[in-house]
Amino acid sequence: MFLNQAVSAGPQFFSLVPLIVFFPLAGLLINLIFGGRMSEKAIGAVASTASGLAFVVAVLQAVSLASQPEGTTVPLVDWITIGELNLRWAFLVDTLSVTMMLVVSGVGTLIHIYSIGYMHEDVRHQGDPGRFRRFFVYLNLFIAMMMILVSGDNYLMLFVGWEGVGLCSYLLIGFWYDKGKDGIGNALAAKKAFIVNRVGDFGFLLAAFSIFWAFGSFQFNEVFADVPAAEAAMPGIVLAITLFLLIGVTGKSAQIPLYVWLPDAMAGPTPVSALIHAATMVTAGVYLITRSAPLYVTVPEAQNIVALVGGVTALFAATIAVAQFDIKKVLAYSTISQLGFMVAAVGMGAYAAGMFHLITHAFFKALLFLSAGSVIQGMEVGEHHVSHDPRLKKQLKLVGGQHIDPQDMRNMGGLRTRMKTTFWVYLIGALALAGIFPLSGFWSKDEILAEALHLQPAVYWMLVIAAFFTAFYMGRQIFLVFFGEPRTLPAEHAVENPPVMTIPLIILAVLSVAGGVLNLPGIHSLSDWLANTIRISEEAVSLAGGHAVLVGEFNPTIAVTATILALAAISLAYLIYYRRYQEQLKLPAARRPDDPLRAFAGPVFSVLENKYWIDEVYAALFVKPYNALAGFLADAVDWRFWHDWFHDTVIAGGFRLLSRLLALRIDLGVIDAVSAGIARFLQWAAGGLRQIQTGFVRNYALSVFLGVVIIIGYLILR
Amino acid sequence: MVPVSYYIILSAILFTIGALGVLTRRNAIVIFMSIELMLNAANLAFVAFARSFQNIGGHIFVFFVMAVAAAEVAVGLALIVAIFHKKNTIDVDEISTLKG
Amino acid sequence: MTADLIFFFLLAIIAVVAAVGMVRSRNTVYSALYLVLNMATLALFYLILGAPFIAMAQITIYAGAIMVLFLFVIMLLGTEQLAPTDNLPWQRPVALILAAALVVEAVYVFFFRRTLPEAVVQALPDGFGGPVNIGEVLFNQYLLPFEVTSVILLVAMIGAIVLSRRT
Repeated sequence: MFLNQAVSAGPQFFSLVPLIVFFPLAGLLINLIFGGRMSEKAIGAVASTASGLAFVVAVLQAVSLASQPEGTTVPLVDWITIGELNLRWAFLVDTLSVTMMLVVSGVGTLIHIYSIGYMHEDVRHQGDPGRFRRFFVYLNLFIAMMMILVSGDNYLMLFVGWEGVGLCSYLLIGFWYDKGKDGIGNALAAKKAFIVNRVGDFGFLLAAFSIFWAFGSFQFNEVFADVPAAEAAMPGIVLAITLFLLIGVTGKSAQIPLYVWLPDAMAGPTPVSALIHAATMVTAGVYLITRSAPLYVTVPEAQNIVALVGGVTALFAATIAVAQFDIKKVLAYSTISQLGFMVAAVGMGAYAAGMFHLITHAFFKALLFLSAGSVIQGMEVGEHHVSHDPRLKKQLKLVGGQHIDPQDMRNMGGLRTRMKTTFWVYLIGALALAGIFPLSGFWSKDEILAEALHLQPAVYWMLVIAAFFTAFYMGRQIFLVFFGEPRTLPAEHAVENPPVMTIPLIILAVLSVAGGVLNLPGIHSLSDWLANTIRISEEAVSLAGGHAVLVGEFNPTIAVTATILALAAISLAYLIYYRRYQEQLKLPAARRPDDPLRAFAGPVFSVLENKYWIDEVYAALFVKPYNALAGFLADAVDWRFWHDWFHDTVIAGGFRLLSRLLALRIDLGVIDAVSAGIARFLQWAAGGLRQIQTGFVRNYALSVFLGVVIIIGYLILR
Repeated sequence: MVPVSYYIILSAILFTIGALGVLTRRNAIVIFMSIELMLNAANLAFVAFARSFQNIGGHIFVFFVMAVAAAEVAVGLALIVAIFHKKNTIDVDEISTLKG
Repeated sequence: MTADLIFFFLLAIIAVVAAVGMVRSRNTVYSALYLVLNMATLALFYLILGAPFIAMAQITIYAGAIMVLFLFVIMLLGTEQLAPTDNLPWQRPVALILAAALVVEAVYVFFFRRTLPEAVVQALPDGFGGPVNIGEVLFNQYLLPFEVTSVILLVAMIGAIVLSRRT
């Protein structure tokens, strides 16, 4: 069952690769079955160990690949065998999948450890201890599903993982299912995520069916080997497949037009946002395009479309992020924007650059989200202190606030001195995201920009402007949250979080700083590492005119320009949000704007703050008519027509008519008549026959005599 | 010689006349006497056959018939007397309480 | 036509006339007397047929005892003339038809379906039908019926006494 190609010299651990799924599964099962009797520490330990062991297995795979870079396939079981379809669950161990495995399990384990502290605080404040176990069960399930996604050796196994992470996303977004706006807000956000993802999955399924139709198989190696032949047999099919895959990617990786679920997904706990919606799940789309590179390089039109979608999304989301007040929403739109960078990169054919940015983004975005969680936690602790201290409570009442939103940046300020560790790690993350030398984001983003200028200039300009806005909104966020004076009492009394939460942050910060070494220009270790998998024949590329760049170039001009732009943006943010904001705070409350930019460009700011009203447009265009249709079908068609009219009137009424017919006409009329008729007939006959009993003896004698005559006559004639 | 069949015919005629008497008359005593006539007709047949087949069994049977007829007459007439005491008539048509 | 035949027919006519007279007579006493005549004729027939014992028994028991008993009862009950009623109008016609049918059947059987010895050719053995002969068979072969008959007579006596008691 386990294939072991012991060809090279180095240690081989390929046969262990199924454990990468089964360790998290074991963890979740243990927590599910025995969690009721385990302490919080134990549950957290089990879950984190499961994730950690998966990381260890991933590392072992990387070690094995070092001596055998082409990778191998480890089949596990046969899944579907019908006709010419022969699907199996096999683990594809090559550099690309192992890269993803390392990122997912590594970042995932850190987040598991962070969550122990985070959920402990959550249960302490909100009650319901069962939540603790449920959270870790879902987290482990997510890790398992993501591993299935990245390790599958055919499109359908990938889809199994794809759907699985979608499910975990739903479960975890709606984790606090009874909270949120009107008590169902979180559940609605989870539903929105699931449904929007479903639209994307529809595209993926169309692609899968087309793949089977064109290639007769789902397996990567079989599909990729046959691309020119299939294209010759069915012209245009590869273009169709790539575009359908793009639909799936826009759903899962939150690109235009299916990004609307990601900001709402911030309703879930912060570790969920960090793991799923920043570091791992949303990158599944990028992984898919990278994996399908042999398909994409033969259709340059599709490549252009993908790059454009990525570029437009990057710019679009960055502009929205400028005007958001919720700390997590800013990061959400930032994620969408950065995913746009990645999608643009792989769309253009710069696969290594895209994957590089994926890795660095995982580091600093997870760091940012977890730190944001730390900030929110600090604010909530501060509010707890305030509401339990009678003196402070009076003060709160005087100020006029009762319960403030701990996630609104307008209520923060001055947290630099109160949450020192969080401030420093957040700063590192923000600078990495902005792309400041020598942090990791600088190297990855500049590689993308360099490729873009070379391959798709239009996309390059979009990405550059987006990079400017990125630095601007991160600066805005830093200054609003950490600098200045605290604007509310809870902010004043915010407290730093325990080490179980801060230590993973520090580790991620280190990775954000040092991550650049993965693919330094000139050395480009990651590009070489990935080149073992993303092998694209030169002739295929030149035939179709597509692009495939594996080894990125380093353009010093672009690097310098980008850095200057970022520093300029941060300085602008300083001027507006530090200097001017402090001045504005001195104004009386009525004339004080909540954001200095509103004074500059009020209408534009409103448009950005309302996210271009896209959600409202979608609601009017799709959700309302759909709900109307559903309501119509449910009420008019199903209830009133089918149930009321058809069932009640036609069927039930008809049945009653029939039963009345049977009861009255047939049962009473015929059957009773027959039985009564028989009785009456017998009565009549008896009455008639009674006449024989005349009572006269002579009659009886006559009848005897008659009988004698008849019998004698019979005997004679016989 | 007289053929036996003539005696049998005569017996049949006498029997029929007796039957007619039973069926037609309303006087109980006359009915009884008609019954005796029928019995006598049967006796005649027995004796004729005994003569024809030279079997004394016929005579024996006639003997028994006579004995039983005597007993029957005794009882029957006692009955008629008893009924007469009750109903004061010997019309059999009056004895019709079995009328259904 | 031999003398036997003439004699036979003569007696037969007397017997039939007597029977018809019995049945049709309105006077009960006349009916009884007619019946006596009939029985006497039958006794003669028995004699012709070589059954002397039976003939004597007929005269003694039937004509002598039974008919006398009849006449006793007739006297006792009064010979009322019953008023003609019309209770059963169909009775007489149907009875006549059935009687005719019976006669026809008898004739049919004896003339068209069976062959009988036409004439009584053999002479009877000596003493046939005499008391010795009767007695021999009666007390040897038919002893049981004989004893039972005596019980019947006893029962009849008791019955007659019981029935004629006026309680």
